[in-house]
Parts: sequence; C-alpha cells; structure tokens
Amino acid sequence: MMMTGAEIVIRCLQEEKVEHVFGYPGGSVLHIYDELFKQDQIKHILVRHEQAAVHAADAYSRSSRKVGVALVTSGPGVTNAVTGIATAYMDSVPMVVLCGQVPTYYIGQDAFQECDTVGITRPCVKHNFLVKDVKDLAITLKKAFHIATTGRPGPVVVDIPKDVTANKCEFEYPKAVQMRSYNPVVKGHLGQIKKAVQLLAEARRPVIYAGGGVVLSDAAEKLTLLARKLGFPVTNTLMGLGGYPATDKQNVGMLGMHGSYEANMTMHYADLILALGARFDDRVIGDPEHFAEEPRKIIHVDIDPSSISKRVKVDVPIVGNLFDVLDEMLKLLEDGFKADPAVADWWRQIEEWRGRDSLRYKQGQHIMPQYVVEKLYEVTGGDAFITSDVGQHQMFAAQYYKFDKPRRWINSGGLGTMGVGLPYAMGVRFANPDMPVACVTGEGSIQMCIQELSTCKQFELPIKIINLNNGMLGMVRQWQEMFYSKRYSQSYVTSLPDFVKLAESYGHVGMKIERPEDVEPALKKAFTEHKNDLVFMDFIIDPTANVFPMVAAGKGLTEMILAEGL
Amino acid sequence: MRHIISVLLENEAGALSRVAGLFSARGYNIETLTVAPTEDASLSRMTIVTRGSDEVLEQITKQLNKLVDVVKVVDLSEAAHVERELMLIKVRATGKDREEMKRMADIFRGRIIDVTESTYVVELTGTSAKLDSFINALDAGLILETVRTGVSGIGRGDRILKV
Repeated sequence: MMMTGAEIVIRCLQEEKVEHVFGYPGGSVLHIYDELFKQDQIKHILVRHEQAAVHAADAYSRSSRKVGVALVTSGPGVTNAVTGIATAYMDSVPMVVLCGQVPTYYIGQDAFQECDTVGITRPCVKHNFLVKDVKDLAITLKKAFHIATTGRPGPVVVDIPKDVTANKCEFEYPKAVQMRSYNPVVKGHLGQIKKAVQLLAEARRPVIYAGGGVVLSDAAEKLTLLARKLGFPVTNTLMGLGGYPATDKQNVGMLGMHGSYEANMTMHYADLILALGARFDDRVIGDPEHFAEEPRKIIHVDIDPSSISKRVKVDVPIVGNLFDVLDEMLKLLEDGFKADPAVADWWRQIEEWRGRDSLRYKQGQHIMPQYVVEKLYEVTGGDAFITSDVGQHQMFAAQYYKFDKPRRWINSGGLGTMGVGLPYAMGVRFANPDMPVACVTGEGSIQMCIQELSTCKQFELPIKIINLNNGMLGMVRQWQEMFYSKRYSQSYVTSLPDFVKLAESYGHVGMKIERPEDVEPALKKAFTEHKNDLVFMDFIIDPTANVFPMVAAGKGLTEMILAEGL
Repeated sequence: MRHIISVLLENEAGALSRVAGLFSARGYNIETLTVAPTEDASLSRMTIVTRGSDEVLEQITKQLNKLVDVVKVVDLSEAAHVERELMLIKVRATGKDREEMKRMADIFRGRIIDVTESTYVVELTGTSAKLDSFINALDAGLILETVRTGVSGIGRGDRILKV
C-alpha cells in the first residue's frame, strides 16, 4: 500500500506497539503530527519543553519494560532534547527519539531551524540515523527499535527530513532485522561461568556488587535466588537500587561516594567481588589506585565488553546478558552450594561495621531531609515509584527509601542531570497509571523543568512533589563547606517563588511544611485526601544538613567522612 | 606501543565521523587514519595507527567493536603483517641538486612522477620509517611540499579480514 513518510512513521510506531509518544510539534514534524491527529491508537503527550519530552520517555522506559518514544522538531527541538538523550545514554535506557529535519534539499544550507542532528547527537546515542529516502524509513525505524532494546540498551535517534515525511512509497513493516555489523552477545561463555562458580566456592570474604544492569536485564529475581543460595552480602549501586531488596538482611546497602559504611568496607576488603551489570565508576570505587591496593579476585558480568577491565583489572570476565548468565550460574549451583566456612567470620566483621549505624542522624528543631524521606517511605508503604533530581535530596532518597523492587527508583545516575525529577515522574505515571509516584527534589532542581507543572495539569497526573527546600544548592554548598573553606560561591538560592502559590496557579495543590511534627500528617494527607491531585509539598528543611557518609572525590573507598558523633 | 588497527565498517555516510569522534571523545591518539571502500562497495576498510598501553588498546578495540557500523576490528600488529605508506614529495631540483635528487630517489626506490625545470615530484612507498628516512636524508631546504597517505596494512599469509 502506498503511504506517505508521515503515515509510515505512525504505522511503524503502531507495529512496535507504542502507546505513548512524548513530544512537541514544530515545522519539520507537521506532517507527522497531522497523521497523529488522524488516529487514536498512539497517545501523544504534549510537554512544555523538548527536554522534558525526552526525560519523560526515558522514565517511561525505566519504570516499565516498554520503549520510550519522543518526537521533536528540527533545530532547537533537537538541541533542547540533547540533555535528555545524553541522560538516557549514560544510564543505558532503551529509547527512540524521532527528530524532524529540514527537507533533504535544504540540508547544509543553514536553513531555518536546521542543525546537524546526527552530528550533535552522535556522541550521546547508541546509534543514530538520517533517513534520506522514504523507502528507507520503515527499515530504519525497525533497526532503531532493535538497536535500542538489544545488547546494552540505549537511545537511538532517527532524523527525518520533512520531504521524506511527505514522499510516498509502498509500505511493509519488516518482521525482523539482520545487521551484519551488530550482533550483541546474549549467552555468557560457559567455561567462564564455571570458573566463576569455582571462585565463589573458594571465596572467604565475598561480596556481590550489583549495578543498574540487574534492573535493565530484569534479573532481580535471579539475583535474589543466587544471593540466597550463596549467602553472600550484596551491595547495590545507585543505579542498582531495587535490584536486590533493600530490606533483606544480606543487603549491606548502597556503596560509593555516599554509600553506607558497611557497604564500602565490605566492597573494599572483599577477597572476591562478583560484579553484576556494574562498571566500577568513579562515584563507586573512588580512587582506582587505592582500590587496587587490596588483593582480590573480580568476576565481572556485563553485556558490554568495554565495561569490563576499563577501570579495574578483572580476573574472570563474562560477557553476556545478566539474566541469562545468572540463570546459567543457578543451574550450575542446582546441586547445592557450600560456602567456605570463613564466610561466617566475614559476616561477623560486616555486622560489626553495620553496627556503626552510619546513616544515623538527629531530628532536631528543623525538619531533617532524611526524616522526610523516611516518613515518605512509611506513608507509601515502600511501594511508590520515586523519581529524584540531582543533589543532596537524591542521595537522601537513595539512602533512606528502601527499595525492595526493581524499576521503582528513577534517577539520573550517570549524567547527573538536574531537572529530570518532574518529567521523570510524568513518564513513570504514564507507564504505571495506577501507581503512586513521588518526585523527591530540591528548590534548585525543580526549577529546571518547573514548566511541566502545566503538562501535569493537562493530563491530571497526581504526582507528589517532595521539595526538600533548604534555600541552597545543597550538594554544592556541602562541597564548599568541606573543601572550599566555606566560601559559598553562588550556592545560595535567592528570590525563590512561593511554591504553594505557584502550584496553585497551575491548578494544583500546594503545601508548605515547616515543623517536624507536621511532616507525617502532611504526607498522609497528600497521599489520601489528595490522592488524585498533584501536590507540591514544600518542606522547609535544615539548611545545614549534609549527606554522610562521604568519600571525597579522588579518595579511597575506606576513607569515608562520617557524620559528626559517629 | 604503536599499533595498527584495521577496521571493516559499513560504507555509510557518517561512519568515519563515528570512528574519529570516538577517538577524540575518549582521548585516544590517532597517528594516521586511512579509509576507502573495499572490493565489496558496501564495506569500507580503515587503517588506524595509534599508540597506547595494552589497557588502552584493549579499550580502543572494544569501543570500536561497540560502534553499530563496525563489522570487524583487528589489531594487525599482534601478528605478522605488512604495512605500506605512500608519500608524494616535491623537491627543488636545480643545478647540482637535480642530479643528487635523482640519485636519492633511486636509492630509496622512489619514482619521479613529475618534472619541471626546477622541481621533481617523487613518489615513494614503504613503511612509515622508510619515508621518514627519506625526508631526513634530504637537505631540508630543498623540500617544498610533502603529502602522505597514512599507513595501510594487511595480515600475512592466511590472516584474512573479511566478512
């Protein structure tokens, strides 16, 4: 059947079972928007800024198993989207971003709203395409979805010139796609897996170090089975939270720059690290040379070979999909597993470290941010989707909200993008329409995508915004306090809006909470009485609160700064 | 350590920029880079000369393999191979230098491919080191212009890089 390029775009999305597209129209994508108008299978979510469209599509994907799709126009539409694309790329989120482009015969002539989309996005996508001929459109979109979702997932950009969306050709959606240059490994090498299992049995001080790959490959259940079988301690990275139940006694907490004392000590002094879908990055192990001082063996399972032996030397590399590799490991352990007796002593040591209670804090006269997150955890029964922005509040949310399930914790771990929290909450809500969603943020981050309160009104999204307001760019202030002799350069946020009135002006509910005793009742009210409303909860918190423990940049994992009195 | 990496990649617009961008973004060094389509026009073959420790080289090959357009990557310098580079060098050739230039070209098995009253263009093929030696052997004041292709390399014997 002959179709225009725009019709083909929509048909391809339908074939891929896409239900939601987050986007913003403009000149180059008008043909596509016209086709969107003529159908009702795909719902379009109109955001207020392209950055938010991509963030929302990203969180849509993170919080479900679906592929997030964003649609933006050429030029500024694309450049606005870049932050969102880079954010998704750093955290390996499968996503397809469709971009309008000026007509092929204008490309390269500095046309109105022209930019080199493929060039600009190249370093922050898994792959990108410029479709120059309508005949290539269907196969390119098929490839885009294939590449985004297989191997190490990531965002794929498809740049579509306007004339391509107007031109016609015969449409047939390819059922499968074969690419000789792209064949990601799935199954791990059995010999390597056997070697790993052997090392597990010999380990005296083992640790399972589980990253975002556990969540991405839906291997959380497999990991739990494996950890139970082995009886080893498990530590999660920031991206891995929820990949192993936080409330399980084998979980020693998050590790890294703001990891728990026991997690960092366990990681550092382990004689065997089973690294699963994690990448030993600077925020996790600190100084790699300090980390390398301790002799140990490392088994590293990752779908991306380039993540292995990048920052630390690995003894047993296993390239493969985590789900499949863990499945294979479990099969090998079917006849039972006997850990080295020394592991019992190791656990005694870990319990001693745990006894330091490194996340302890004192709730005084002012509201402590930790307290708000703890109460949020209680009020939501630990079962909400939590998105966060970037900064102190992000770390407090990660430390004090105990995630027992994967895909519940949605944050920008790799790129560390302020402003994601609210659009993330939108994306989560579209993917999980009946679930409670809270966005833990600060007065700095929330203002970076505050315009989305309007989108939230249009689509009646009952997000709870937990604004931990200290009038400071808290993490910047913390570093300035600790490493810049308290020279608070530009970290004080003045002229803040009245967030209650701001929320109300968008048609939402606003609350200002200033006393510790009001925290819990306010949260309860927000999640019950205002269950169906967006509630902007402005918590005025202790401006001096800092995130501890802390491994300063460039320091070793055991060189932690603990909270006062610990 | 100097390495010669051969890359087979899809002959598509932008494929070169993906490789070049990867090297600059990750701070890898490129000494020379050559690229042209192979006998199968849908594929390009690229030869990259780079330097780095074993760890860096491991990352370079892994990162190249990760590019969606890349079909195959081989580090030629890991085994027996031959490498050649082509140079065209324009030299002043007047008076007594005219005869000397001809002699030097002969010694290095170069060919003079353009002649004017005052200049020669010498075509010289060999390893990069041989081309360097030729340049060093000439009086620097007589060199007017040089252009080099960068290294092309191929494995010896049964070592074949093909889809």
